[in-house]
Amino acid sequence: MKAITTSRGDGERITLTEDALRQDIVAGSEDAARKGKIDSLSKGEINYLADIFCIPGRTVSVELGKEVVVSDDGAALMPSWGRPSAGHAIPISDHQAILMYERVYGGDTVGLGFPDYSYKPVKSAIGYARSHYKTISMLTTIPLVYGAQPNMGMYYHPTGPVESPSDYFSKYEFDKAWALQEEAAERMRGDVLDVAENLYEVGCEALNLDTSGSAGDADFWGCLNVAADIKEKCPDMPVEMGMAGEMIMGLHGKLTHGGERLAGMYPHQQAQAAARAGVDVFGVAVNANTGKSTPYNLARTVTFTKAAAEAVSIPIHANSGMGVGGMPMTLLPPITDSTRCAKALVEIGKADGL
Amino acid sequence: MGGVRTAGDLVAWMQFTRRMKIDTAKAFVADKLNLRVGELTDETVMARVRAEKGIGSVIPDHIEYTGIAAKTKIARLLDIRIRSVDLYEQHLSA
Repeated sequence: MKAITTSRGDGERITLTEDALRQDIVAGSEDAARKGKIDSLSKGEINYLADIFCIPGRTVSVELGKEVVVSDDGAALMPSWGRPSAGHAIPISDHQAILMYERVYGGDTVGLGFPDYSYKPVKSAIGYARSHYKTISMLTTIPLVYGAQPNMGMYYHPTGPVESPSDYFSKYEFDKAWALQEEAAERMRGDVLDVAENLYEVGCEALNLDTSGSAGDADFWGCLNVAADIKEKCPDMPVEMGMAGEMIMGLHGKLTHGGERLAGMYPHQQAQAAARAGVDVFGVAVNANTGKSTPYNLARTVTFTKAAAEAVSIPIHANSGMGVGGMPMTLLPPITDSTRCAKALVEIGKADGL
Repeated sequence: MGGVRTAGDLVAWMQFTRRMKIDTAKAFVADKLNLRVGELTDETVMARVRAEKGIGSVIPDHIEYTGIAAKTKIARLLDIRIRSVDLYEQHLSA
């Protein structure tokens, strides 16, 4: 029987029989359908996804005419040695790296961000962010998207101003724990809006709220509120929102937006909430299971992505990178799989971009 | 889609500024350029179109085709608001 070479969620190369491949795809799709209460992939879609993994080439691509655009979370800056936590350490500036991304790599959009990629530290270095953005935006032609993470966790002790709600949950003081989360969310909301307004003044073309909801439902609540704030105060600055994960963790549990409880929301519900808040482009993030195969993880992702794309009228950009979008959780994702993930997310998942 | 190599940036502008899904955005851009949708990713066609309209390319022959100048032309071509362009034009007319 033919062996199909693919990978596991931790990046290890594995081989599957065609039967095992199909079983993993069905299991992944059914898992997403059960958790999200959405439709699983049809028989035809399962066959098509299996066919994508069976294509003999090392890389694959979408059919002509099905190309989509790509947005990112600072990918263009990776060559620059200005990155403190990652990157290729090539001695070039962010400016040079971004222009290379535009004119050499052919990026559709390009992301700019502060090395400490959260809005809280950007606020204290806003002059740097403004001058950086303004200068680069005079040189670029493609949309220059300023990105950072709202990252509500940074507002808690010991590095932030708000006491940790965990200290009160453990003492069953729920009202206090909920109030602390709401306070942290409001502080985050204020800082993100402050940065947004400052960047709008220097001509910011679009803002990315990246990894939204990373500290649970209160984080997502703050992100939705600030998205609405930004659309009101900065009407000509599109907002992109990318998610932290496939389900909103209910660390608070009671918060709602537009009458809908945020805790437990899956991508299609997150996308609806984001669209209601005024978000212009929404990024679905579906987590990879490192112990399962890439066909399993990709089938889950495609099932969630398709439901989100069908649920809203705004464009959906599927997050596809380390540990999300079907991709293995590794710094160097195999292109054998990354290209298959991209093709499936677009052709089956109906993503409008990646 | 290929960014300034093809029409990827133009389609992206429509997604961001008008919340257009991919097929709608492509159809809009193709209509504005008087092209078929399939030609948006044809490097040969788009190199000619981008040069004619002065909206930037991977190999800009003329410096005026890059950066804020190209972006200004894109905003006019697609009839969209681009904040950096608006600000630049305010500075020019101030």
